[in-house]
Amino acid sequence: MRKELVKFAVVMLWAFGLLFPMLGAQIGFETFTFEWSRLVRVMGFVAVAYGALAAQRAVSAHRKRGHRDPGPGLAERVPPLWGWGILAAVALAFPWFADNYARDVAINVLIYVALGLGLNIVVGLAGLLDLGYIAFYAVGAYTYALLNTHFGVPFWLALPIGCVISAGAGAFIGYPTLKMRGDYLAIVTLGFGEIIRIVLNNWDRVTEGPNGILGIKAPGLYYPKLTEAGLTLGHVYLKNLTCLYYIALVIAVVTIIGVYRLDHSRVGRAWVSIREDETAAELTGIDTLRMKLLAYMLGAIFAGLAGAFYAAKVRYVNPSSFVFLESALVLCIVVLGGMGSIPGIILAAAAIIVLPEVFRDLELYRMLAFGGAMTLMMVYRPEGLIPARRRRLELHAREAFAEEEGNA
Amino acid sequence: MLKVEEIHTYYDHIHALKGVSLEIREGEIVCLIGSNGAGKSTTLMTISGVLHPARGRVLFDGQDIAHRPADRIVGLGICQVPEGRRILPRLSVADNLEMGAFLRRDREGIRQDLEKVYELFPVLAERRRQQGGTLSGGEQQMLAIGRALMGRPRLLLLDEPSLGLAPIVVEKIFGIIQQINRDGTTILLVEQNANLALGVSDRAYVLETGRVTLSGPSRELAHDERVRKAYLGEQ
Ligand SMILES: Nc1ncnc2c1ncn2[C@@H]1O[C@H](COP(=O)(O)OP(=O)(O)OP(=O)(O)O)[C@@H](O)[C@H]1O
Ligand SMILES: [Mg+2]
Repeated sequence: MRKELVKFAVVMLWAFGLLFPMLGAQIGFETFTFEWSRLVRVMGFVAVAYGALAAQRAVSAHRKRGHRDPGPGLAERVPPLWGWGILAAVALAFPWFADNYARDVAINVLIYVALGLGLNIVVGLAGLLDLGYIAFYAVGAYTYALLNTHFGVPFWLALPIGCVISAGAGAFIGYPTLKMRGDYLAIVTLGFGEIIRIVLNNWDRVTEGPNGILGIKAPGLYYPKLTEAGLTLGHVYLKNLTCLYYIALVIAVVTIIGVYRLDHSRVGRAWVSIREDETAAELTGIDTLRMKLLAYMLGAIFAGLAGAFYAAKVRYVNPSSFVFLESALVLCIVVLGGMGSIPGIILAAAAIIVLPEVFRDLELYRMLAFGGAMTLMMVYRPEGLIPARRRRLELHAREAFAEEEGNA
Repeated sequence: MLKVEEIHTYYDHIHALKGVSLEIREGEIVCLIGSNGAGKSTTLMTISGVLHPARGRVLFDGQDIAHRPADRIVGLGICQVPEGRRILPRLSVADNLEMGAFLRRDREGIRQDLEKVYELFPVLAERRRQQGGTLSGGEQQMLAIGRALMGRPRLLLLDEPSLGLAPIVVEKIFGIIQQINRDGTTILLVEQNANLALGVSDRAYVLETGRVTLSGPSRELAHDERVRKAYLGEQ
């Protein structure tokens, strides 16, 4: 008990230091004021959170001492088909019950679902680190922006072109990194992400530099129309958020299905094998270089898709949307969601996009909160919110094994 | 069937193989013995195409495969059980075995081979749903051998299958290796345990610091004075 109290005091002290900028202190050479109410609120929150975690730990320790597991985790408790059905119904009905602001946030969530799942191919499945992933999102966005404003290429045609160009960019960055591992890979991908952004920023004649590109058209809807000239094709631009929402939903669903199929394919197994042991993978006949390149290219394609849609939605692109922070954000989604887990990544994307909107007041502390959340996750739930089954086995191998023995 | 001619393999600037030549005929068990760091694993990795020789040729059925990528060499029917087993610890036993058949498309044949592996190693059948990493050392070695067999090899390369195993398990595994050979697979066996290796093999090569220093029928080498001194621990 005493040990617990000491630990609690240490945690509070540490949190006080960490959260100091949030406590509303005004410190100068002559002044020193504190917002006591804020201090109490913030530290109170920390104390409650700590208490909850301590309680959870106590419960699980108790459980380990030989009591039966109370039941499967969240992932197994929701029957998959049921769960997906409800999710689909909610997603389809959503815009009719929401205001424009909520629709806008929802569209962002869907974009980040696509990005998270795309990066998941590279990081979660193939086990390659990519710190410059947002570059492919930029490639998709600028591809559509440039094709549309200069050549009037419509959205639906630009989409596949954007995918091809993104895949090319994926191969371009993937190729030199194929023989690298770990740290080197991180640095090279980070550098590549920045190179793309800097090029966009400085290639004034094409990209308009930091001013960005204005006047991008929204996606169009085409329908046959009878006029004096006979049957022609009329179209409207789908600028309203409900339509855009449904397009985003389609993109997200395509991504979900695509990534699911890949995960369960021969290629998916090859990726897992490479992630686990590259030499062993080679010795079982996997063309590791080609498979890694494929992971980069497919990951890039989904980012390109999302990027083109983003440009069509906002109808304006500029390089500051594609900073490193965005790459980090997508990586957070993948890690938080539990590498390789599709439902986990959907949930994490929702959490990471929606929570900051809810806590608008605390916008300045966003990164602090992310850092804190990631740290807590790594300590308490390293397998992510809704772990992929495989992944859960990896991180809790001994327990899972014991469980299986127990069941047998 | 396999003919290695004067291969030189480097790790950056380390000259690990300094002109190794050996030959394996169809149906044989050939063993390669030598002390730590002699270059045994490097030889196998060069045959498998994970490493490529700077000079020399590796002829398989008369074709030079020295510069083919590893996956193509597996496709030709050369499978390796690497040193330290290198199974995928987080995948199930069944998934590990399935990975061994990655290049094959003949579902029916794969199913039959899986049955065969389970017959050869009944313990793997019992544990098919268990994670590879939770198997004992001996079981992992069996899994590694099983995985290589799933590639339906014509030539099986085994790198120190006795490493870290109790004598009784080693005996069992060597029995199975002989059985695999009787069933028609040619074997190149790397071993530190020279006694054992010379006992099961037809011919042997002795490797020392990147060179073959001795070779001949295993029975003769087992009586060779130099071998007895250096590898069989006699004074
Ligand atoms: N990845 C590597 N990088 C650099 N040098 C290496 C590497 N692997 C092996 N070597 C060197 O190459 C030489 C041959 O090594 P190899 O692993 O082939 O020996 P071995 O005969 O298999 O030894 P052991 O019986 O200990 O497995 C050694 O001198 C070793 O230090
Ligand atoms: Mg070795």
